[in-house]
Amino acid sequence: MIRLDKLTKIFETPNGPVVAADKVSMEVPKGEICILLGPSGCGKTTALKMINRLIPLTSGRILIDGQDTAKLNDVELRRNIGYVIQQIGLFPNMTIEENICVVPKLLGWDMKKARKRAAELLDLVALDPNHFLRRYPKELSGGQQQRVGVIRALAADPPVMLMDEPFGAIDPINREVIQDEFLKMQSELKKTIMFVSHDIDEAVKMGDKIAIFRAGKIEQYDSPDNVLAHPANRFVADFVGADRTLKRLRLISAGEVADAAAPVIGAHGKASEAAAMMREHGAAVAVVTDADHHPVGYVRIEEAEGSGAAAGEIAHPLPATVAAGADLRAVVSEMFAHDTMWLACVDETGRFAGTVTQPAVTRALGETYRQAQAA
Amino acid sequence: MRKTLDLTKAAVPLATFALGLWVAASGLLDQIAAYWEDIVYLTEQHMVLVAASGGAAILVGIPVGIWLSRPSMERYAEYVMQVFNIGTTIPTLAVIALSMTLLGIGFAPAFFGLFVASLLPIVRNTYAGLLAVPAHLKEAATGMGMRPLVILWRVELPNALYVVFSGVRTALAINVGTTPLAFLIGGGGLGELIFTGIDLMDTGMLLAGAVPVAMLAVTVDFLTGQSQLRLVPKGVNPLR
Repeated sequence: MIRLDKLTKIFETPNGPVVAADKVSMEVPKGEICILLGPSGCGKTTALKMINRLIPLTSGRILIDGQDTAKLNDVELRRNIGYVIQQIGLFPNMTIEENICVVPKLLGWDMKKARKRAAELLDLVALDPNHFLRRYPKELSGGQQQRVGVIRALAADPPVMLMDEPFGAIDPINREVIQDEFLKMQSELKKTIMFVSHDIDEAVKMGDKIAIFRAGKIEQYDSPDNVLAHPANRFVADFVGADRTLKRLRLISAGEVADAAAPVIGAHGKASEAAAMMREHGAAVAVVTDADHHPVGYVRIEEAEGSGAAAGEIAHPLPATVAAGADLRAVVSEMFAHDTMWLACVDETGRFAGTVTQPAVTRALGETYRQAQAA
Repeated sequence: MRKTLDLTKAAVPLATFALGLWVAASGLLDQIAAYWEDIVYLTEQHMVLVAASGGAAILVGIPVGIWLSRPSMERYAEYVMQVFNIGTTIPTLAVIALSMTLLGIGFAPAFFGLFVASLLPIVRNTYAGLLAVPAHLKEAATGMGMRPLVILWRVELPNALYVVFSGVRTALAINVGTTPLAFLIGGGGLGELIFTGIDLMDTGMLLAGAVPVAMLAVTVDFLTGQSQLRLVPKGVNPLR
């Protein structure tokens, strides 16, 4: 857990004092990622760097796991906080292994243990240790370097990590890949992370919580969904963008809105039976599945009504299916691409898991507004 | 293109061979060999001067360069460097002459003059090399919990080493080339054969001094070049 308590930073400049952080108070629960988001010069990086004292604080307190960090000396504090920066900062004079082992070595680990840890961490980000341990940073691509930058910060297994626009310098395609990898790692490692970003899409994707900064103050500190659905003020609304509701599509998975009770029938089942199910369910279509319960097609109610054929015989091919884990943005995109109001959703094994319809998507997005109104 | 290259390749050993034949035939080799004892004695003197003044310049120049690059010196370092830069513009012969007016004649003023002449490139390159280490490397190192001395030793110096070495290489090249002038202020060395040879218009004597000086310069440059190649870490060495 990281707790900031009235954290304040005043820079003395020749033009008078500048307040970079103004009584910032917030708490990041253990194992969560908190994104500090805002335009440049809003104080988000200052707030971050005060935590590991790269910038000395003017007043306020910082507590990590309940302990006031003022009691620790700089070096002790920093060695127990993972730190990742945008420029990566791998030491070009050291091999990848030496880079990863920097903090373990500072902490006086046995070198054998540190080396083993370096190899494990490389494995974790899908870089072959045999190939990469002896390499120098300049021999790696930008994406590979940033992966090493992240695992270097994880080397001594610190409970807390600070990340200053860690994926900012990577091309968009690689950034998505590394973000996904990082989220996967985080789901196992459960670090408490402060993450500076200026990219709302990154914030929505990576954050459990988002803190929006302006002029050294937090304008809103909330879950990504609430920031997008209920911006606290005009500034936040403008910052997250006019298409903020579309951004919320990424926060919901297809499985969450899929109607698992939607009519479904085996290929050998009677079409009339399917029609009965559709009538009962108020649906216009029924999904037809094969023996393994994989969706293979669909039948329309008007065709199934009174038909004596098997469902498989009058079925139309499915335009597309979506994975239950896919986010709604991908689902809606598929719907638009195939000019359809609904899609069949499948689980990891490819079995039918329900149907996702456009009204269901709209309903899911609107839920939060109805709740707010009711309250 | 390929053909001309081959021709040049063949021409070099041929020309060397022809030059060797001519030198042997003209009796110059015998004339130089006549000074063999002097050559051995003076070369030793010469090398002691180079090693002592060059070594002292390295031992002083690198720490001074490091000291100037520290954040606490930020406000004064540029002024100090200006003084060093002005120092560089003074011709080495003048430095030697000035050193004689201060310290008289003999080994001491020669040592001092050569030391000053080789100090400047070392300080300048050490200072510039350390300042050129990217700020984000130092930030990463600090953020990871390295102490300032550890950062200097494990991050800053290794990353500046190539530039530092270039400074040492320049300094030693200047040093070896200037050492013959030491003779003028009684510092000894191979300058004795060269300057006396000029005065007596004795080509053999002149060459007996000049050839070893040239060979020494080439050897020293080769050795520093090799250490630059081998000692600078692979990741920051453009030669590897």
